Amino acid sequence: MANSNEQTLVKDMLLPTTAKKASRDGFGKAILELGEKDPNVWVLTADVSESTRTHWFAEKFPERFVQCGVAEQNMAGVAAGIASCGKKAFLSAFGAFSPGRNFDQIRVSICYSNLDVKIHASHCGLSVGPDGASHQILEDIAMMRALPNMTVLVPSDVEQAKKATLAAAKLKTPVYIRTSRENSPVFTTLDTPFEIGKANVYRDGSDVAIFACGLQVYESLKAAEELKTNKGIHAAVIDMHSIKPIDTETIIHFAKKCGALVSVEDHQINGGLGSAIAEVLCEKYPAPLVRIGMRDSFGESGNASELYKKYGLDASGIVRGVEEAIRMKK
Amino acid sequence: MNSGKGSDTKTLKLKANSIRQDIVRMLVESKSGHPAGSLGMADVLSALYFGVMKHDPKNPQSPDRDRLVLSNAHICPVLYATLSEAGYFPKEKLLSLRKLGSSLQGHPHLGALPGIETSGGPLGQGISQALGMAIVSKRERRTWRVFALLGDGELNEGQVWEAMMLAGKFKLDNLIAIIDRNNIQIDGTTDDVLPLEPLADKCRSFGWHTIEIDGNDAKAVMDACESAKGAKGKPTMVIAKTIPGKGVSFMEKKFGWHGKTPNKEDGEKAISELLEERKKLEGM
Repeated sequence: MANSNEQTLVKDMLLPTTAKKASRDGFGKAILELGEKDPNVWVLTADVSESTRTHWFAEKFPERFVQCGVAEQNMAGVAAGIASCGKKAFLSAFGAFSPGRNFDQIRVSICYSNLDVKIHASHCGLSVGPDGASHQILEDIAMMRALPNMTVLVPSDVEQAKKATLAAAKLKTPVYIRTSRENSPVFTTLDTPFEIGKANVYRDGSDVAIFACGLQVYESLKAAEELKTNKGIHAAVIDMHSIKPIDTETIIHFAKKCGALVSVEDHQINGGLGSAIAEVLCEKYPAPLVRIGMRDSFGESGNASELYKKYGLDASGIVRGVEEAIRMKK
Repeated sequence: MNSGKGSDTKTLKLKANSIRQDIVRMLVESKSGHPAGSLGMADVLSALYFGVMKHDPKNPQSPDRDRLVLSNAHICPVLYATLSEAGYFPKEKLLSLRKLGSSLQGHPHLGALPGIETSGGPLGQGISQALGMAIVSKRERRTWRVFALLGDGELNEGQVWEAMMLAGKFKLDNLIAIIDRNNIQIDGTTDDVLPLEPLADKCRSFGWHTIEIDGNDAKAVMDACESAKGAKGKPTMVIAKTIPGKGVSFMEKKFGWHGKTPNKEDGEKAISELLEERKKLEGM
């Protein structure tokens, strides 16, 4: 367990020259690939086909694409109806509106019936940037994680988003896949694993363990390098792409090994990744945990990097969180 | 497989009578549930399952079966009673309605019981699922039709109108929605709570072939579903005017019976009225 996947990452990935792509592209490519292989794959969207990267599928498979208009509640129900006829339905929209607006439909029409529906939410978290707080969904992980039968995935870059989508397609049950609008460093490779329920350790360390998801994984890798160079602190970095089911074993391993943990997410600290880790720790192996995320507040307009800096979700905010966690060590 | 080619009116009336008796027995036993809407829709369900739909109680998953989605899921006693009457499961099961461990949940759960096509409860959700089924049938050139039942109070939900727009767009002429137009909802009449009229005009303006019928006339229900076949390129909306509590004199048109169940004495009185009606029907 806890084998490091560091050697599978892009070499010199922390240099500014690392290529950037949006994780939503990975979703778009994966559904295109799935559509070619499986005639039972259907895709739905709510007037955001290009933004959610479902337009590639739509052009190729118009007979299996359903443009629902700006009507996310109906879209979730239509997806359930399609799935009930033996199909695999992917619905795709901005996270602020799906699941932001159709929670009830996802809960009853999809999850209660345990149907083969995948919910892709793009444009999640502060990374939406200038659109402001109304469009920055920061509560979706909490909502989706609470639903019985639901799997929750938060890939950390474009490659992982593609793998997450392909892995989700192998299940016949509901899956929530969270991606981002913003171009972000492509730091994983074709060799980097993606297994639902199994965290990826990208950097081993003995002083503190940083558990991150989404775009904050790369920020955590930057923070770990800075901690080592400037302060001699050895931080482990773990990509928690699978929030439900959560990798309990890896969390306990690092709680024992490091005795101090940090969680980082572009989401409220209430109910998200940090809460999920805290639940594991409290029940299995109590250890200090500093949760980094939005602290019960809304976001605001600004570009993603400015917002990450202001709200402490960038590498320097993570460094501060690590120092606090180390101070809490017994 | 029931052919969907119709039954005579007397048979449908007898089936509806039997369904109503079962509804009363179930609700007396469960002590919770919705009698008025369930009794009011017995003729519609009788017409659909014994006169209109292609379905096979011995093979509930038959791929090309017609599908029925109960969007106003709280009237599920009428659906459970009808499915049992059709032979999907034994009648003894009906008395377990709403009890711990029962497959007859307070609102239907997909997979719990043969013949149930969706999980329901929150209003507005069934019509969207019906749409999904109709889109698959149309795009894959299959033969099945989809029937969605809606309450009139349910039309307050915006999701219903989202679905109606999309059904018009995709010209889903294999989709038939039937609105239980009984004019009541929990807090009073539909006119008082949130007016719907002119309802037929609204449906037409969304691109639906719209018919208004007496929903307690099973023959009219069959005719409406038959007329849907002629409305090429349009989904059909049947506005079925029903009498809530129909068949039990002291429940008819009484708002109080929306979510109140009959006690043992009410139940006996209701059953004796229904037996009386049955005797008359059999003598016809």
